[in-house]
This record gives sequence, C-alpha cells and structure tokens, in this order.
Amino acid sequence: MNIPNGLLYTKTHEWVESIGGGKARVGLTDHAQEALGDIVFVSLPGQGDELNVGDVFAGVESVKAVSDVFSPVSGAVIAVNDPIADDPARINADCYGAWLVEIQESGEREELLDADAYRAFVSEEG
Amino acid sequence: MEIKTALYELHIAAGGKMVPFAGYSMPVQYGAGVIAEHKAVRAAAGLFDVSHMGEFTVTGSGAFDYIQQLLCNDYNGLADGGCRYSPMLNDEGGVVDDLIVYRYEADRYMIVVNASNRQKDWDWMAARLPGSVSLTDESDKLSEIALQGPRSEEILSRLAHAASLPKRSYTFADKLDVAGAPCIVSRTGYTGEDGFELYTYNEYAPRLWEALLDAGSEYGLIPCGLGARDTLRLEAAMPLYGHELSDTISPLEAGLGSFVKMDKPDFIGKSALIKKGKPARLRMGLRVTGKGIAREGCEVFSGDTRIGVVTSGTLLPHAGYPGAMALIDADFKNIGAIAGTGRGSSLSGAAEAASPFQINVDVRGRRVEAEIIKLPFYKRVRGGAPSRSGASGAESPSNKNRGV
Repeated sequence: MNIPNGLLYTKTHEWVESIGGGKARVGLTDHAQEALGDIVFVSLPGQGDELNVGDVFAGVESVKAVSDVFSPVSGAVIAVNDPIADDPARINADCYGAWLVEIQESGEREELLDADAYRAFVSEEG
Repeated sequence: MEIKTALYELHIAAGGKMVPFAGYSMPVQYGAGVIAEHKAVRAAAGLFDVSHMGEFTVTGSGAFDYIQQLLCNDYNGLADGGCRYSPMLNDEGGVVDDLIVYRYEADRYMIVVNASNRQKDWDWMAARLPGSVSLTDESDKLSEIALQGPRSEEILSRLAHAASLPKRSYTFADKLDVAGAPCIVSRTGYTGEDGFELYTYNEYAPRLWEALLDAGSEYGLIPCGLGARDTLRLEAAMPLYGHELSDTISPLEAGLGSFVKMDKPDFIGKSALIKKGKPARLRMGLRVTGKGIAREGCEVFSGDTRIGVVTSGTLLPHAGYPGAMALIDADFKNIGAIAGTGRGSSLSGAAEAASPFQINVDVRGRRVEAEIIKLPFYKRVRGGAPSRSGASGAESPSNKNRGV
C-alpha cells in the first residue's frame, strides 16, 4: 500500500496536496484504486464549479463497481485533469500522479488525516 | 463463514482477491486484473475455479422420462457422452434455474446447476422425484475447473491423451486421466470461447490446477476470477441467473426460445407458457454511445417513455465499449429493421441490415445515449475447435448459458 508522507487523506480515500496559493490538488488513494480494480470510466466536474466539503464532484467506475468521489475541501474548481477521462487506467497505474481536480480553497476543510493516521485507518478498516 | 474450495490456498498464494459469492469464498480477480484476464481468455487461455457450481446425479430406470418432464429442452437424440443446456421452469413458466445435463447413458446423468440455486434446485427436483429415480448431490465432493480460450486444446493435450479429449462442442469424456487426476472433461464453457470444463474429486483439484497452469504458461494461460467470468459471458451475451433469468422472467422473454421445445408432449411450465402467449418484453443488447456505463437496474427510455430495464452491463473489455443486456418492450425488437437504411446488408442477411435504434439510459440520474444492437457483442471466429455452427445446434448455440 503506497501512502506517501506529505499528503493529507480522507476516510473516503481521497488524497489532498496543498500546491501553494491556497490551492489544493485532489485525487484517489492507492487503497481506493486497488479496491476498485481496473478503472474504466471517470466523470469529472466542470472548471469553475463551486464545491462544498463532502460534495460528490466526480465518479469513478471499474468493470465491477461505481464509486463517488467526495470533495475534501470547499472552493472553486480551477483545473480539471481532463486527459484521465480518456485514459482512466492512469489512476490505477499512478494514482498520486493522476490527480482529478485542483481547487481554489475558500477555507473549509474536512478533518484530514496525515499519512500515519490514514495508514492506521486503512489497516483498521481491513 | 463462507465455504472454501479445494483451491482456496492456491488462490491466496497467487494473489487472488477473495469475495463472498453464493456462500463460497471465491477469487474475483488475481493480480492481472479483470481486463487483462478477460483479454487473456480471448487471445490465449484462462483458468477458472468454478467449484462452487453444483453437481447432481440422476440415476434409475425412470431417469430419462424424469428429465424430459422436468426440463423444457428435448433430451431425445442426445447421445451418451453428450451435454445439453436447458432452463428448468416453474409452474408459472418462470425459471427455477438454468443448467446443463450430461448423459452417461439412458439411466444415468449428471446435472450441473448454479451455486446460488443449488438448494432451491434440490428442493424442486426432489419434490418431483418418482420412485424409479434417485437423485444425489455430489457438489461437496467435486471441484470444477474451467479452461477457456483458443489455446485450451493445446494446453490440455499436454496433460491428457489428446485422442481421448472430447472433440466436439457439448460432448464430454468420463474417467479421463489429466495430470494424474481422474476427470470428467466436457467441451463447454461460459466465455464464448472454445474450452473445457473439468470435474474431479476435491483431493485431486490442487494438483490439477497447478499442472494446468504450469503446462499453460507458455501459451499465455493465466488464472482468472469471477469478474472476468462475468464480463466474458456478458460480452458473449450469455444470460446469468438472477440477472437475465429469474423465477419471474420466462425463457422466451430471455431469448432462450430455441431451448424451449413446445412440440414436446409435456414439460413443467409448458401450459403456463402457452397461456402467457407472446412475450411483452425481450432480452436485447444495448451499446452505450454517450458517456457512462449502463449497469443493472438502470432504466431504459425511448424519448421520455420508459421501455425497459438493464439486467447486466459493464465496459466490455474486448469489444471496447460499454454494453448491456436489458429486458425491453418487445415492440422494440425489430424496430431497428423497420427504420433500417439497408447498410451492410450483404454479409449476414437482412436481420443485420438495420441501423441501430437510438434510445437512452438513466445512469444514476443522468440520461446517456445508447442504441439497441443485435446480440452477441462478441462472437468468436470459428476455425480452432470443431463445433457445429450451421447445424441446428440444439446443445450449444452462441447464446447458450451457464451461471456464474
């Protein structure tokens, strides 16, 4: 299980990376992509969409399963990684490189876990 | 606690991702993943543990008559060493289960049933058993391994006397020695490819599994889980009990009319089917052309009119697009032909000349464009295995069925 230090994590298996200027990049964790299996479809929000903490902003589908992706922060979508919609398997291959969106944060954040806490959470969850 | 098959430890060691299914702990996929496993079966070969399937034996002087009354297919003309698929109907013309009958001789048969229906089938069959027939459940003693894909025959020939393998589709050989394991080997499967299903006693199953993987590795054989089994059968448009078939879906609605022999004097469910008349809904194929994947339960619309519901759907790994099977208002069955432009009319006859009919599917609250297309999504190019395409193929048309 790859859980890089330096990122923050949610209990719904998204990662958050602060990239400066109040911006955050969001993607799916290794645990999430592993649990889903081969990802074959991704739906992404539009640029400019306003998100609140906990909003479903994307959907990922594997051959067998559908999973919602929840926003860990509030703010406006300022960038969407559109190329992954054409090649969703990139999330399986490199889940920490294949980010979904960048958000200009407006302040509110979900209670995020650091790598150690997330590692403990995942192992506890089995 | 789920039942472990005789191969459980080997699955764990091979990195199988285990999930509960029909009371068993079964591998849903291995490290390669569903898509790679699916493609291996289309291009080379895959090995499946399907030991959860149920095996009953039916013996006795009244066995043939019992089966003829119990099942809607006709077992006249099935030779010793032959297999034949049938739905098993209830009194209302719905489907109790779908299964394959193996005929050893007139007085002795093996019937292979879906794991999820094993108890229900047993109760149904035992309640209708005449004194001249005995029914036994061998499922707990037997393991079943499916070797599927175009390289299957070459692989199996490495481990068994090649001349003794079943040559034709839907035949079987009994008491075959495969890598030291005594096996029943049938030329059957649930993937749309050539292949074999091997039944052996549990104690022999691990060595058989390992010998097959070992002999097959140079041909590209990999172990495959239930995930690929499901996508393969869907792509080949084979119905799965609990999806395209159920107690309340008739075999005619499910498009299995070729297995329902209305000219037989009688069988359970016949009078109900006559009473029901022409089906109001039929199993059809959908190709999603918009963005999304239509899955089981998604409602299907023509404009704003609801016309049906998806019974199975996913991204079809070999076909390369999202496909689904759905039960749809029967009026839409040939509507494409009526609206047809006549393109591509020469190759396979008028039935394929139609342009697809545009519909839409409600995918989690979003309307996604799709079209009704002719099933199956995938049909193998014959040439490898001798099978009887062109003949009536009562045993094994392209849409014959086995349950996961």
